[in-house]
Amino acid sequence: MLVFVGFMLVFFVFVVFLCLLCLFVCVILGAVGRIEMQKFYTEKIQKSDRITRLVDNLFKKMPEVEAARAVLLTESYKQTENEPIITRRGKAFAHILDNIPIIIRDEELIVGSTTLAPRGCQTYPEFSYEWLEAEFDTLSTRVADPFYISEETKKTLKEVNKYWKGKTTSELAISYMDPRAYTAFLHEMYTTGNYFFNGVGHITVNYPKVIKYGYRSIINEALEAKSKLTFSDADYPTRIAFLDAVITSLKAVIRYANRYSELAKKMADETNDSKRRAELLEISRITAKVPEYGAESFYEACQSFWFVQQLLQLESSGHSISPGRFDQYMYPYFKNDFDKGLITREYAQELLDCIWVKLNDLNKCRDCVSAEGFAGYSLFQNLIVGGQDVNGVDATNDLSFMCITATEHVFLPQPSFSIRVWNGSPHSLLIRAADLTRTGIGFPAYYNDEVIIPQLISRGLSVQDARDYNIIGCVEPQKAFKTEGWHDAAFFNMCRPLELVFSNGVDKGVQIGPKTGDVSTFDTYEKFENAYRTQINFFIQCLVNSINSIDYAHRTRCPLPFESSMVEDCIGRGKALQEGGAIYNFSGPQGFGVANMADAMWAIKTLVYEQKKYTIEFYKEALENNYGEMMDEHHAEKLTKEIVKKLAETGKNVNREDIINIFNMVRENKCSPEKKEAYRRLKEDIEALPKYGNDIEEIDNFAREITYCYTRPMEQYRNPRGGIFQAGLYPVSANVLLGSQTGPTPDARLGYTPVADGVSPAAGRDVNGPTAACNSVSHLDHFIASNGTLFNMKFHPTALAGTQGLENFVSLVRGYFDRKGTHMQFNVVSRETLRDAQKHPEKYKGLVVRVAGYSALFTTLSRALQDDIISRTEQGEF
Amino acid sequence: MDDYLKTSGRIFDIQRFSVHDGPGIRTIVFFKGCYLRCRWCCNPEGQEFFPQELTMNGKTKTVGRDITVEEILDIVEKDRIYYKRSGGGLTISGGECLGQADFARDLLRGAKERGINTAIESTGFAPWEKIEPLIPYLDVYLMDIKHMDSAKHKSFTSQPNELILENARKIAKNFKKLIVRTPVIPTFNDTEDEIRAIARYAKSIGVEEMHLLPYHRLGKDKYYGLGRTYSLEEIEPPSKEKMNALLDVVLQEGLKGQKGG
Repeated sequence: MLVFVGFMLVFFVFVVFLCLLCLFVCVILGAVGRIEMQKFYTEKIQKSDRITRLVDNLFKKMPEVEAARAVLLTESYKQTENEPIITRRGKAFAHILDNIPIIIRDEELIVGSTTLAPRGCQTYPEFSYEWLEAEFDTLSTRVADPFYISEETKKTLKEVNKYWKGKTTSELAISYMDPRAYTAFLHEMYTTGNYFFNGVGHITVNYPKVIKYGYRSIINEALEAKSKLTFSDADYPTRIAFLDAVITSLKAVIRYANRYSELAKKMADETNDSKRRAELLEISRITAKVPEYGAESFYEACQSFWFVQQLLQLESSGHSISPGRFDQYMYPYFKNDFDKGLITREYAQELLDCIWVKLNDLNKCRDCVSAEGFAGYSLFQNLIVGGQDVNGVDATNDLSFMCITATEHVFLPQPSFSIRVWNGSPHSLLIRAADLTRTGIGFPAYYNDEVIIPQLISRGLSVQDARDYNIIGCVEPQKAFKTEGWHDAAFFNMCRPLELVFSNGVDKGVQIGPKTGDVSTFDTYEKFENAYRTQINFFIQCLVNSINSIDYAHRTRCPLPFESSMVEDCIGRGKALQEGGAIYNFSGPQGFGVANMADAMWAIKTLVYEQKKYTIEFYKEALENNYGEMMDEHHAEKLTKEIVKKLAETGKNVNREDIINIFNMVRENKCSPEKKEAYRRLKEDIEALPKYGNDIEEIDNFAREITYCYTRPMEQYRNPRGGIFQAGLYPVSANVLLGSQTGPTPDARLGYTPVADGVSPAAGRDVNGPTAACNSVSHLDHFIASNGTLFNMKFHPTALAGTQGLENFVSLVRGYFDRKGTHMQFNVVSRETLRDAQKHPEKYKGLVVRVAGYSALFTTLSRALQDDIISRTEQGEF
Repeated sequence: MDDYLKTSGRIFDIQRFSVHDGPGIRTIVFFKGCYLRCRWCCNPEGQEFFPQELTMNGKTKTVGRDITVEEILDIVEKDRIYYKRSGGGLTISGGECLGQADFARDLLRGAKERGINTAIESTGFAPWEKIEPLIPYLDVYLMDIKHMDSAKHKSFTSQPNELILENARKIAKNFKKLIVRTPVIPTFNDTEDEIRAIARYAKSIGVEEMHLLPYHRLGKDKYYGLGRTYSLEEIEPPSKEKMNALLDVVLQEGLKGQKGG
């Protein structure tokens, strides 16, 4: 008994001890939990007045086209006629950097401007120039992205452009192109306009290396590579030319920075303002040091970063030059300065904000069609925070939070701000990101490590490289400074081959596609679908041929030594990026219209082949008659213009009244009332069918299969740099542009109206709310679309109200990512706000909305795109 | 054994991604039929038990359909991942779920057996025997207390409030997670005294949390769509300042409070 009592006592003591131990562990854990909570400095840092003034000054005037670069480029080219192209590129770049006018704007802390006028742009005639000359007189009045251009500049550009006739990349691309591909290109089956008219861009270079070691060290690297060559080597001539071009370019960059040093010194001498004088002297000191040598302070690192970012965009006109994992490579400089008490959080924030402002100082003038497709003056400089490091550990730091703050402070379309999310992302970072989303700026875009890392591994990246990915441009993942990704090689409208199924391969009277047979002979859905596959496969081949032709044109005429010097392993291989110098090479053309295609094929399968409610002939007839409805206003306007132009050419006098009559005739639908009624019934039946985007498994499965029609064939093709093609599923804003080139589709979409963007459901057709839309979209195979997918969602601000709203929002993102979606972005503005902004654009100059992959100033978008944004389903509720 | 999954009832809507009716992201199932006729009701199509024709934007549809517990749970399951991330789940609203108490009980039971958080939004106007069986399967009871004056309550909702208040007391005693919700309706209960009276009663029966829901007229078109008239045509939603002042009253009475659900 005693023994038992004793045992009980011991047991009791033991239990008490256990309880205490538990309590102790809990306390410790609690403390750890609190430490975890305080791991990051999450307070919002105040915005300095300087930033407000810098932004105001930037937007005072309409952006302007300047001629200096084109003049200097041409001068240099004329002197190097018989030299290797890489040498000519290096020398031309140096000539530009040595002579282009430079400026330090009022109150700037970070310096380096490509144009004298704020937000101005230079021209790049080596890629293309004819469109610009043709548009000289409409540039300042066009709807999307207008630019001012002076008469003087027009004259100068006309003069220098003469030299470029027959020497551009676009002209060479055309002569490389197969006639079948060229025909498809002319018939707007896809658009390769981006790299056809411009430089490529779409890259993240080795910023950390330049910042840490400086260009002097890369010059030495090139010298060392040269010293290892033997002049009897087979590729000695091209290697040596490339390495010399790298050295020429980098030395010129150092001189360019030193020009700023001298200018700052001069301005310091001239100013009476002692505070500004001190700032200018500091600028002068820093620009004498970086980017030639490694940065030692946060300020120096910021300035060094900026020269890289700015000058990449002076070497070529490519956009989507993306800073990438800025919070990672800049953090050591911030931490060092902050820990030593050399910098305050407020000053570091001000420097960051200054970089954010500078990212908006760069600009690019596109042709009027591309300007609509890429509307919003956007350069897509994607900057991303958070995510895992190369070892798979979360990499969030205080700078990640400060980058969010900078985006909120500056509140402008650049940088395209993104955040990497994975299962180990700190909740505090996501809540802070959601708080930024709630402002309605359309940033950040959210990316899912859990999909993207395995996706990149499946494309041949090492695990470490895949974990270190960042986003290029809109949504395209790549491993920085090892990749030439050609991420925006083309946009392919998946609806267009469907039109050709109905017309047996004929477009506007020309046989451009395969003869898949008279559509009325297809007695099963399988036959119909096979015809679609035949059409799309052919046009994918055309697309590949077009892209590869453009690829060869860039390699031949515009290799880029400066950019190549900062990408592995160009120096080692003695090859420019354009020649295959990068470790990873891809070509990424985007498909879009997934939602329309899925809904269209479903409608045909159901109504024609299963229910047999309509014949395919009747369907065809209804499509030819736009379901009996009036023609889209914008398209009618376009046709009217063409008719008026033709009439004018034949010498006919067309007055205002005639134009109105033509417009009305074009718009009107001339079917009989009986026919109209029959088409209307078909349209109603189509609309009543279940649609993609509502979490209906059979439709979503169908959408998945239809998407494979585009993504799977793409994998078999190769590019001239030794890489493969990989599909993306996103449209930037080309869904409006390419929609306007697409007739009515079998999903009851009227002719020439926008098609669905990215992988999002068609506008207004997702009626079961955000979680249902998320489930549908994540039902697609995101892994195969390794060039990126884009899912746009719009929220009414009330859905995000309060702490609870933020928590629920983060849960929605996490939930979508649990289901293996890749990307999400959000518009959080009310429909009323947008309508009012259309009526009173002057009141909403700063209104930023998310347009398919980037944020843009709403009032600068074309009316059609504005309407598209407004009509997108309002998610959320009161 | 799974017979309860076959229990059938009548609903008029299922709404996913609901974020104002209980914690987290929720799916709301709207039961058809209600004992009360609150003049401000934003779901008038949920008042009658029988299916009705509702005409909106020129299109007529039938509201009200019969569905089994299992069929509802299949839909509720679709957002499980979001419930898990947000602490959300299923909310039964209406109409009044106590009007179909067996159906409500079986649906709640089904959700609990699948590990899904449950809530009901209810007037509490039913015999206690109908409420009690639900409680074991319930995580949150969101209960409306609209007015402490029974006569005024009756004139605006068609029913007196004694049964409601008594049930609230019993629920609070038996079940911790009772949240009182008060729609703030100008001309009916939007004075500080009226709100204070409700808050005091809530406090006295052991309730810890009270939500004030500002009146809105988003349901107005549905009255006309049902061929009815809207009796609150002249009433404007309460201002933000007004709501803040009333929220202060709730806080002063020692309750946790919030505006909106």
